Amino acid sequence: MDSEPSSATQPAAELPVPPRTGGVRRGHLAQLESEAIYVMRETAAQFERPVLLFSGGKDSITMVHLARKAFWPARIPFPLLHIDTGHNFPETLEFRDRLAASVGAELVVRTVQASIDAGRCVEEPGPNPSRNGLQTVTLLDALRELKADAALGGGRRDEEKARAKERFFSHRDRFGQWDPRNQRPEMWNLFNGRRHPGEQFRVFPLSNWTELDVWQYVGREGIDLPSLYYSHEREVVERDGMILAVDRHNAVLPGERAEVRRVRCRTVGDVTCTGLWESAASTLEEIVLEVAGARRAERGGRGDDRRSEAAMEDRKKQGYF
Amino acid sequence: MTVAAPSPAETTPDAAAPAAAAGHAAPEPDLLRFTTAGSVDDGKSTLIGRLLYETGSVPEDQLEAVRAASDRRGEGYLNLALLTDGLRAEREQNITIDVAYRYFATARRRFIIADTPGHLQYTRNMVTGASTAELAIVLVDARKGVLTQSRRHGFLSSLLGIPHVVVAVNKMDLVDFAEDVFRAIEADYRDFAERLEVPSLTFIPVSALLGDNVVEKSARMPWYDGPTLLHHLEGVNVGAGRNLVDFRFPVQYVVRPHQDFRGFAGRVASGTVGPGEEVVILPGGQASRVRSVETADGPLDEAVAGDSVLLTLEDEVDVSRGDMIVRRRNLPTVATRIDALACWMGERPLDPAAEYLMMHATRTVKAFVAEVVYRIDVDTLHREASSTLEMNDIGRLELVTAQPLAFDPYARSHATGSFILVDPRTHATVAAGMIRGEAREAPVPAGDAPARPVSPAVTWEEWNIPRAEREARNGHGAAVLWFTGLSGAGKSTLARALERELFAAGCQTMLLDGDQVRHGLCGDLGFSPEERAENLRRAGEAARLFFEQGSIVLCTFVSPYAADRERVRALLPAGRFLEVHVRARVETCAARDPKGLYARAARGELQGLTGVDAPYEAPEAPEVVADTEDAGVEAIVAALVRRLREEGILPANPPSHPRGT
Repeated sequence: MDSEPSSATQPAAELPVPPRTGGVRRGHLAQLESEAIYVMRETAAQFERPVLLFSGGKDSITMVHLARKAFWPARIPFPLLHIDTGHNFPETLEFRDRLAASVGAELVVRTVQASIDAGRCVEEPGPNPSRNGLQTVTLLDALRELKADAALGGGRRDEEKARAKERFFSHRDRFGQWDPRNQRPEMWNLFNGRRHPGEQFRVFPLSNWTELDVWQYVGREGIDLPSLYYSHEREVVERDGMILAVDRHNAVLPGERAEVRRVRCRTVGDVTCTGLWESAASTLEEIVLEVAGARRAERGGRGDDRRSEAAMEDRKKQGYF
Repeated sequence: MTVAAPSPAETTPDAAAPAAAAGHAAPEPDLLRFTTAGSVDDGKSTLIGRLLYETGSVPEDQLEAVRAASDRRGEGYLNLALLTDGLRAEREQNITIDVAYRYFATARRRFIIADTPGHLQYTRNMVTGASTAELAIVLVDARKGVLTQSRRHGFLSSLLGIPHVVVAVNKMDLVDFAEDVFRAIEADYRDFAERLEVPSLTFIPVSALLGDNVVEKSARMPWYDGPTLLHHLEGVNVGAGRNLVDFRFPVQYVVRPHQDFRGFAGRVASGTVGPGEEVVILPGGQASRVRSVETADGPLDEAVAGDSVLLTLEDEVDVSRGDMIVRRRNLPTVATRIDALACWMGERPLDPAAEYLMMHATRTVKAFVAEVVYRIDVDTLHREASSTLEMNDIGRLELVTAQPLAFDPYARSHATGSFILVDPRTHATVAAGMIRGEAREAPVPAGDAPARPVSPAVTWEEWNIPRAEREARNGHGAAVLWFTGLSGAGKSTLARALERELFAAGCQTMLLDGDQVRHGLCGDLGFSPEERAENLRRAGEAARLFFEQGSIVLCTFVSPYAADRERVRALLPAGRFLEVHVRARVETCAARDPKGLYARAARGELQGLTGVDAPYEAPEAPEVVADTEDAGVEAIVAALVRRLREEGILPANPPSHPRGT
């Protein structure tokens, strides 16, 4: 009768950043790290020209950190590819260049502007145009140019429901398309990356990580992130239920009012569509608690922010991945 | 402009975890990967939705969307199943198509669910989901009881070597939370599961729809005093099946930053390794010693199964991807003929004439299927002769590889005992395989008895007094109970207790013990696979003579090779040979060590001890599994007596025998 209460009802007490575990026992972060490193090494071994897609967000920064560990003491054996929409936060670009230099990786940047100039795609009409959709063209062109047969990305299965069925090694046809019904079953740790000429794979070493895992790992490893992720004061504007940064690519429109608020990013994309999050969390511990707490919160509250943020992530995925 | 967290390049690993210094003494949560199986209507999606919802793992936006969808469909309640039914096509058809992965966490543990659909391509999907799982939840609808598919899920769980199985009896709300309904299902399923390799089996009555016993204890089933489902998931022992004995390191990638450094990157598949370890590189066979175990965070004294590390060796040996570094005194099998169970996943059936690529650990070799030994009907567990396997079929194969492969039986190590087959024309993954061992001889075809050696110039005469007459006088049937298992598992203890009980009840009995027959009858034999086979051939023939004389013959032999046991089985009529798998973990057996064999092996005085440095092929479908870690001698003996009654070998009532008590 009186079995112990489950710990589900007593969250967060030990949440922030667990220490490493010794002996033969391995905690969840150690297991996820080992799995991600294994997948990266498989990618380097099975493909001729992999690239690591680098967006400047926390997931791709974590990917670079893991890649450095996977191939240490050698350099990361593939280039970082950044598709620059021209609408990035200035902090992102500055951070990108410094990170690439510090890990000694080759950085390849291809711009949406060049694709527009070459007539490969057309800028959206209207004020504050989004380049989210356009970057797919630039990405596919860049992969073709680099003859990349595998593109490593920081996608996670917990991001949304359709992603829950994604493989570690996700097969794409010659047109870069994903067919959910034609994916290879993945058993044990055996990843089949065999392909016909022209076919590619997207590889997701963080498949089994959750947002919280990434934050805890960032904390445990002391990974440097752009300041955007921590609470800061910024001039923002509210639009379609989202809080957006005011920037030269994101002008205040008639009828809107710019104001300064304490915000931070949960994901980082373009200035034009990255929803900011009102938050006072300025340390890693506070962010971990906030991320855990947001999911544990009483079901009801601040649906608007969340919904818009999820919608933004969706667009990002359609575009980028 | 960045915040002040130190970059890993500038700091030592210890200082790199600032929060660790803040005094969080609680251990890091561990990770449990589990799989769920059930059919469309068993309420599996609702159960998973309930777990996610009540552990607070559902983001607000998703919950809002589900709430809106539930309203739109006029369901009048929060339809938690909508949380997990991902792709739109599936939502519209109300089915789940593929394996989907879900994540949730409590303060104690992180969970990864491989959610597999129960209907379409069930076998392929369940094998995929189960391959990395340590626990399986089998859903049973309380109104329908144990259906064929519930058994199928149990069989696949045991085939994939999942240590923990939970039978969640769902929809208890629709049977008025009645205890007898639950108990009947439990008894029914236990009966079936006796034929499987399921080390731990747990039954929990739940209502996923209302939440009873999922996370919160149900007030409506006061008769149930076990844990809730979540409590069980949090408490179950993870990593118990992890092999920490046999060091195996499949080389993934060679790291060579400059001429003076060569490191071999990989993930420890099983066992542990540290500097100084004497190793051999397979399949080449070169010997060396581990110089260091490296990581980007610094060298390690020891790496264990699951760790991704970099090994450096003392000698300049030629090592490349696909090689396996192993402990010198503990070698895997290296062979080109492989006996395996496989699940076929390709759209096109297995083509015996075709060449496939076998991906095993980090090695890929060409292979072909020399023989389909049999196909297993996953619903009845019957073996059927077949010349091919079609999608979702499971069968036993003999494969031949173009180059030697270093492997262990799957039962011993999943990482070095599993493989996939790839069709080189399409690059599709067409099969998942579990290695039983080296194919040492022509496997026993389904249903056919192997030829027995016969001396020249002899003729078979029927027995003077037919066995039926002897059985009639004895008041019970004759049978052979074959106790197989590791030394120290408890074979002799059980057989001796059982024989004493049968004898006391007036039965005609005989006990043949491994050590006894090796005095005299088999005194000329050693312990090589060939001599073990001959030993068991003679023991089997002796058992058969006692059988024909009307006895219940109890045989206790380690008998590690399935083929040897199958040969004895083939000597006896169907239903009269009962294979009893006496099971205990090798650590337990070594702790008991009744004959001091494990101690001798540890001192290096004894080689070829089964379970230590010689393989044990566990029975696939023994008639009885006796787990001596869980149950005592009396309980197992009572169960065996019951089984003999059920088989009609003992009369339904205790025999009233002329010579009886």
